[in-house]
Amino acid sequence: MALFSEDDCRTLMKKALSFSKADECEINFSGSDAGNIRYARNSVSTSGFIGQTSMVISSAFGKKLGIVTTNEYDDASIEKAVKLSEDLAHFAPENDEFVSFLGPQTYAPHSNMFDQATADITPTFRTDKVAESLQIAKDNKLTAAGYLQNSASFSSMMNSHGLFAYNRSTDASFSITLRTADSQGSGYSTKDYNQVSKLDTLSFTKTAAQKATRSAGAKAIEPGKYTVILEPAAGIVLLEQLYGGLDARSADEGRSFLSKPGGKTKLGDKLVDERINIYSDPSNPDLPTASWNGDGRPQEKISWIEKGVLKNLTYSRYWAQKQGVKAIPSPDSIIMDGGDASLEDLIKGTEKGILVTRLWYIRPVDPQTLLYTGLTRDGTFYIENGQIKFPIKNMRFNESPVIMLNNLDALGRPERTVSGESFQSALIPPMRIKEFTFTSLSDAV
Amino acid sequence: MGFSAAMLSRVPVLGSPLIQGNAMRSVDVAMKKQMADVALNAARSKGATYTDVRIGRYLNQYVVTRETKVENIVDTESYGMGIRVIANGCWGFAATDKLDNDSIAKATYMAVAIAKENARIQTEPVILVPQKGYGEVSWKTPIVTNGFDVPVKDKTDLLLSVNDAALKGGANYVNSIIFLVNEQKYFASTDGSYIDQDIHRIWPLFQVTKIDQKSGKFETRQSLSAPRGMGYEYLIPKEADKIKGVTTLYRDSYDMLEDAKAAAPQAAEKLAAKSVEAGKYDLVLDPSHLWLTIHESVGHPSELDRVLGYEANFAGTSFLTLDKWKSGNFNFGSKHVNIVADKIQPGSLGAVGYDDEGVESKKWDIIKDGVLVNYQAIRDQAHIIGLKESQGCCYADSWSDVQFQRMPNISLQPGTTPLAPADMIKNVEKGIYIVGDSSFSIDQQRYNFQFSGQLYYEIKEGKITGMLNDVAYQSNTQEFWNSCEAVCDKSDYRLGGSFFDGKGQPEQVSAVSHGSATAHFKGVNVINTARKI
Repeated sequence: MALFSEDDCRTLMKKALSFSKADECEINFSGSDAGNIRYARNSVSTSGFIGQTSMVISSAFGKKLGIVTTNEYDDASIEKAVKLSEDLAHFAPENDEFVSFLGPQTYAPHSNMFDQATADITPTFRTDKVAESLQIAKDNKLTAAGYLQNSASFSSMMNSHGLFAYNRSTDASFSITLRTADSQGSGYSTKDYNQVSKLDTLSFTKTAAQKATRSAGAKAIEPGKYTVILEPAAGIVLLEQLYGGLDARSADEGRSFLSKPGGKTKLGDKLVDERINIYSDPSNPDLPTASWNGDGRPQEKISWIEKGVLKNLTYSRYWAQKQGVKAIPSPDSIIMDGGDASLEDLIKGTEKGILVTRLWYIRPVDPQTLLYTGLTRDGTFYIENGQIKFPIKNMRFNESPVIMLNNLDALGRPERTVSGESFQSALIPPMRIKEFTFTSLSDAV
Repeated sequence: MGFSAAMLSRVPVLGSPLIQGNAMRSVDVAMKKQMADVALNAARSKGATYTDVRIGRYLNQYVVTRETKVENIVDTESYGMGIRVIANGCWGFAATDKLDNDSIAKATYMAVAIAKENARIQTEPVILVPQKGYGEVSWKTPIVTNGFDVPVKDKTDLLLSVNDAALKGGANYVNSIIFLVNEQKYFASTDGSYIDQDIHRIWPLFQVTKIDQKSGKFETRQSLSAPRGMGYEYLIPKEADKIKGVTTLYRDSYDMLEDAKAAAPQAAEKLAAKSVEAGKYDLVLDPSHLWLTIHESVGHPSELDRVLGYEANFAGTSFLTLDKWKSGNFNFGSKHVNIVADKIQPGSLGAVGYDDEGVESKKWDIIKDGVLVNYQAIRDQAHIIGLKESQGCCYADSWSDVQFQRMPNISLQPGTTPLAPADMIKNVEKGIYIVGDSSFSIDQQRYNFQFSGQLYYEIKEGKITGMLNDVAYQSNTQEFWNSCEAVCDKSDYRLGGSFFDGKGQPEQVSAVSHGSATAHFKGVNVINTARKI
C-alpha cells in the first residue's frame, strides 16, 4: 500500500474526532510498509512484506480515560471504536493524575528521516543484496545467517484541542552472523540507517567473516576484572540501560539508581567520568528523529549527562506539573560524544585487555545499582601490547553501566549503531573500560 | 531469546501494534472461508504449489493501576490476513490489513513474487512432511468465564483492593495489572483444512516496592501468579489450589488479594535480610521459579530451528546438536529429569487444537530418564529428524508475522515417589529455597545461565532459618540438570510461564507454560550481586 499522506491522515483523524462525544479526544494514527528477507544455513529461510496501520483513540470525560486501538477505518468501525473508548472512560474511576491533552504545538522542521529510494526497495533488491552476502560466506567457507529489512512508516496525531502532527520516515537495517564450518568460530556485524544507500551489506559481511575466522580456536581465560574495549554494537546494550532509566518520578520516589536517601535524587550530581557527554538532538543528520513525541510534546535538543554530571531527567506531563518543572519527554535518539580515535587506535593503546564485538541477553539484576548481567558473543579477543593476540572463550559479566562509565579509560570516534536487544539506534563511540567484571566462562560459540 | 518475567514495566499499553478488545466482535466463519479461498485461488493461479492463509482478530485488554489510581483501561484489536506460499520450492509471505478481494489477491501475488525471487538463492527446496486436511473444524480454549465479558469495574475493584492491601501492609508503592488476550484465528490451506480457533489467556500480576527511607535502599516483591490459558475463573480463588508453606503458593486459581497482603511484609523482610555469602549451595526451586530455568535451559536448546542454525543470527544456536540426539545416550540430566513437550495440557498457555500450519496438537517426550530423545519440530523440519508428521509447533504472534517454530509447553514431570517440599528441605544441609522468578540470562547456545528469584530462604541442616538477599545462581545446563537430586510428587505440580517468549527476525513473542514440582539441585554456584555505585 502507499503510505498515508499528511492530508490522508488529517482527513481520517478528523472523521474519527467527528464521532467523539467525550470532553476530550485524541487520535494517534500510524502505519508502515515493511519488507524483509532472512537467511540461514547459507540459504534463504523466511521473508515477507507486511503492510499495517493502527489507530489509537483516547477519550476522556473529566479525569476518566478510556483507550481503544483498531485497524479498521470504515465509518461504522471507527464510530464503534470511538464509542467503545468512551464506554471504557465511563467505566474508569477518576484518575487525578490525568492531564488534559495538549493544545496546538510548534515543532521544529523535520530532519531528513525519509528516503524515497529506501521506501521503494523491491524483493529483487533484497534478494540481490543477500546473494552478495552469501557469496562472501561461501568464498570463506563460512555459514551465514542474516537479516535484511526495510520499512517506510508514517506517524500522526490529532486531538480535539487542535493539535496536529505528522511525520514519515524510512529505515534499512542489516545484521549478519557468520560461523565456521566446524562451529568453532563466529563473527557478527550490524548496522541501521534511514537511507539504504549507506547500508554497505557487503562490507559488513566481510567484517563478520573476518571475526568468524579469527575467533575459531578460542582459549579460556580466568573470569575476573579486565580492561575491555566495547565496540559500539556491544556498548549500546549497556548504555541504553542508563539513558533508558532517566525517569524523574522513579528517582523522586526513591526507587531508582538515581535516588538518594531522604527523597532526593542525583540530578546535578557527578554520576560518571567527566569525559562523558550524553545528549539528544532530533536534527542530527546521522540520526534524525521526529520533532514531536507520542503525546504531542516537542522533541528538542537536550543534554542528559554533561561532563559526567546528570543534567536532566525525563518527566510525564503529570509528574512535571506536580513538581513544577518542564515536562521533558523521553528521547527518541541518543548521542554520546567521543574522540577521534578509531577502534584500531584503541586496540593499539591497550596493554592488556579484551575486545568485545557483541553483548547478549542483557537482563537487570539489581535496579538499586543498575547491575546487569549478560554475555560476550560472536567475536571476543584478547589484546596484548596493542595487538589482538588470540580469540578467547565467551564470558558472563555482572556489571553496572554507572560503574562502567566511572571506570572509563578512553573513547573512540562515535558511529551510528543499533541495539541487538531493543533495536533502537544511537550514536556511540567505542569505549575502553577498566575493571569490567566477568563472573564465569561460557562454552558457547 | 527470552522475555520479561518482570513484565510490569514492559506491558505495551500505548502505541504497540494495534488492537482493541471487544468480545462482541467476531467474524462470521463463512466470510473467513470466502476470504481464505480468494487467497488460495490467487496463489494457485500464480503457480504456488502450497498456500496457507491465516485470518486473525487479536484482542487484548489491559487494566493498569498504581496505588489508589486506575492509570489506564485499554482495549486493543488487530484484524488482518497473512498469506504464506511455496513457489519454485521456496517460501514467500505477505500480510495485509485490507481485506477486500483485490487487496487479498494483491498481497497473495506479492507473497508468490517474493518466493520466486528468493528461489534464486535457495540451496535446497522446502520439503513439507505430509499433513492431512481436516475439513471445517473448530477449537476453543475450555474457559468457564470469558475475561472480556467481565465488567471492567470488577477488574478495577479487584486491583484497587489488591493495592490497598499492599499499602496497608506497609508497601510504599504498588502497581497491578490484569492482562487479557483473545486470539480469534482462522487457518486455511491447500491441504483442505479450514480451522477456526478461539484462544484465551489471562495474566494478573502486581509488584510492591518497599523503601528504607534512612538508607535509601529499596526492594520489590512481585506477584506469585502465573499467566494461564484460562478465563477469568483463574481469579476466583479456591482453597484447594493453595499450597501453604513459608509463603502461600497457587495452583490453578489465584488469590491475588491474599498474595498482595503477604507481599508487602516480605519486601520489608528482603530489605533487612542477610546478604548471601557466595559459594556452593543446594537449591530447592519452587515451580514459580523453576519454570523459567526450564524454559531457558531445556525449552530453547531443544528447538530444532536453533539446533539447525536458523536462529544463529539472533536467538542463537544450541548445544543439543543432532549428533547428541542420534547417539541415543546423551546424558542431559539425572535419572529424575523427565521433560515432556505438550500442546494439549488444559489451562496451559500453549494449548491449542491445531498449530498455525494446521497440525493437530499432541504431546511427546524431549528428555526421558535424563537422556535427550526428541526435539520440537514443524512441517518443513520434520523430515530432518526422520519424523513422519509434524509435532505441531508452528506459531505466529499476529496475522502480520510469518509462522515459524515456537516452543510448546515444556515441563518437568513430577517424581513418582511421594515427596513434599517440606520433606525435600529436610534433606538439605546447606541450601537456598527460591520462590518466584526474577533476573534471567543464558548464552546463545544455552550452556551458561544465571537466574535470580523473588524470595530466598536459607536452609541450614534441614530447616529454613530466615531470608537471604543478593542471590543469583550461575551454572552450566548439563551440569545443573545432572545435579537434580529429586523432584516432588504430582501433588506439588504447578504451571508457570510467560506471554513474552521472544524469537525470530522480525522478533515475535509467544505464550508458553512450563510445569514442574519443587526440585532439589546439589551444589550449585551462588554469587552475591550486591554492589555500590
